[in-house]
Amino acid sequence: MTDVGKPRGRAHDALVTDAAERSGSEPPTIAVGPDGATLIPATPATEGAVAEDQLAIVHEHGLELKSRSQWAYARKRFLRHRLAMASLIVLILILGAGLLAGFIAPYSFDEIDLENSLKAPSLADNHFFGTDFTGRDYFSRILYGIQTSERVAFLVALLSTVIGTTIGAIAGYYGGWSDNILMRLTDLVLTLPGLAVLLTAAAFLGNGSQYRVAVILALLFWTQLARIVRGSFLSLREKEYVEAAKAVGSGDLRIIMRHILPNVVGPIVVNATLIVGIAILTEAALSFLGFGIQPPTPALGVLIRDGQELQDIAWWLVVFPGATIVLIVLCINFIGDGLRDALDPTQRRTRT
Amino acid sequence: MVTYIIRRVLYSIPVLFAASVLIFASVTVVGDPLAELKQNPLFSKVTEKRIIERKHLDDPIPVQYAYWVKDVVTNQFGTPLLQPGDRIWNDLKRVIPHTLQLVILSELIALLVGIGIGVYSAIRQYSVFDYAATTFSFLGFSLPVFWLALMLQIVFTNAFLKWDVRIFYTSGLNSSDQTCTFCVDRLQHLALPAMTLTVLSIAQYSRFMRASMLEVINSDYVRTARAKGLPEETVTLRHALRNALIPIVTVSALTFGGLIGGAVITETIFQLDGMGPYFINNLLSQDVYPVMAWLMITATAVILFNLLADVLYAYIDPRIRYD
Repeated sequence: MTDVGKPRGRAHDALVTDAAERSGSEPPTIAVGPDGATLIPATPATEGAVAEDQLAIVHEHGLELKSRSQWAYARKRFLRHRLAMASLIVLILILGAGLLAGFIAPYSFDEIDLENSLKAPSLADNHFFGTDFTGRDYFSRILYGIQTSERVAFLVALLSTVIGTTIGAIAGYYGGWSDNILMRLTDLVLTLPGLAVLLTAAAFLGNGSQYRVAVILALLFWTQLARIVRGSFLSLREKEYVEAAKAVGSGDLRIIMRHILPNVVGPIVVNATLIVGIAILTEAALSFLGFGIQPPTPALGVLIRDGQELQDIAWWLVVFPGATIVLIVLCINFIGDGLRDALDPTQRRTRT
Repeated sequence: MVTYIIRRVLYSIPVLFAASVLIFASVTVVGDPLAELKQNPLFSKVTEKRIIERKHLDDPIPVQYAYWVKDVVTNQFGTPLLQPGDRIWNDLKRVIPHTLQLVILSELIALLVGIGIGVYSAIRQYSVFDYAATTFSFLGFSLPVFWLALMLQIVFTNAFLKWDVRIFYTSGLNSSDQTCTFCVDRLQHLALPAMTLTVLSIAQYSRFMRASMLEVINSDYVRTARAKGLPEETVTLRHALRNALIPIVTVSALTFGGLIGGAVITETIFQLDGMGPYFINNLLSQDVYPVMAWLMITATAVILFNLLADVLYAYIDPRIRYD
């Protein structure tokens, strides 16, 4: 038999912890609901008895009304997502180490030391991740590689978000022929075989510069977001408050930027986060195949490519750069999941 | 149903045309086919003139496009840049079956395992198994494919070098003394690349299957089936599963179409002589004609499988046809 209806797992735990929190000494706050009128307790899962109980405490301490913005709720929801919070901490540590590579790395990324060629990972001499054939320290090279990946991924996320949001907003707000043209364009880019196009572009346009790689990636990654933004704009532009804004004489640009866009920020942020992960993976694959970032710039994909020739005798040359990529992307995906739960509760997937 | 199929086929023709224009424009027009050769001091003016004449490179671009389409249709995708006696199709004919064999094998495994995991996760939602499967799929989405391939190579090479255990081979399609297509030796060579491809597909299918199964399980007709006292297996397998599988059909057809040109990295690392290495080698030598032929074939595969997905969907779910 199935056990439908029984409170199990996380949902049950959440109820228990909520109750535990409520019975604490601090007076719980009451917040104003999204419509500005109804009072809702700050903690979710309202149950009659609990709410009354809470109100009683509130009365004891004098009615304390604290208005909370949508963002405060989102922040609270995100902070509760334990996996996402843990991932955030790990990610900040890794990315911070990448940014500060110049200060942290025990060696520079291209320092050749032929006496210490192919040293296995050890704490001696600070070769934590071993050295390559010419004695370059892989720990340092990976730190600098993280820095490159960060720069590329950040650029890709920024560019594709700007492109996607602009195209989606124009298509959704104006509709009609501009919508038609822009969406056909989006469909066309979506059906392109991504990796093949990237490889072809890199091969024939010339490769090497990390900025060029970033731009090529961004030109391919904006489609998903454009569709999401368009969808939201299509429904939001029909709302009464937009009509009101038009009635008082606001221009299109002001309506788009001030009135509609803030309501779409949630999905945009989630999408940008996930793009960072995809960009890191794709850039690494391109660089690995020799069509992305070129040596001597240290990128994680380049490091793996270098290590591949010696992988059977020096496993650390492949294992560590790859594991770094996995860790970064895994953290980003967990954070993206947490952000989706926090910012986009309506589109919430069954809690995974 | 027949009208639906005809309409759908007619709809893919302009898409195919647009794809061919785009491919031609982005490859030939953006990159000069002779750019790489011109930098070679040994490349004589006479040869250059002969190539320009043979490939009609001095004609206007639309005329060049027409010549290219004619070559593709009537002349087995035409000739490579430097070997006028050769036909591009000769190479493609050799590599395509290799890719198909790998992709079909790995997709079948991925479908079976992915559907199994997804269904079990859904009926035991929030169980330990469900959490483990979720973690696995997150991991699958975060793995760089090429790194996974290299890790498998390292593990199995070391197993052979250190303990003399030869379970799977780490490169090539056959051992040097064998040439068979369907045999244990080929399977031993395909196992690792197939494993590499399945990890991502399993992650995808299991997530998809879980979501679609959860939706069906919580629907009214399933509750009715339970209420009238059917055994749990009948409810899940006969009533819920059949409907939950519908979206998977579409997704798997699309993935399959994409994989024909999407296994580039895996095939290159395991040196499988499939579509992937063929593409990479021609990119490295900057020969635009095989590259365009390759892009044309993969684009056609994507369009064909899109078509197949739509038709299958309409067949399984008759409501679609009448929209």
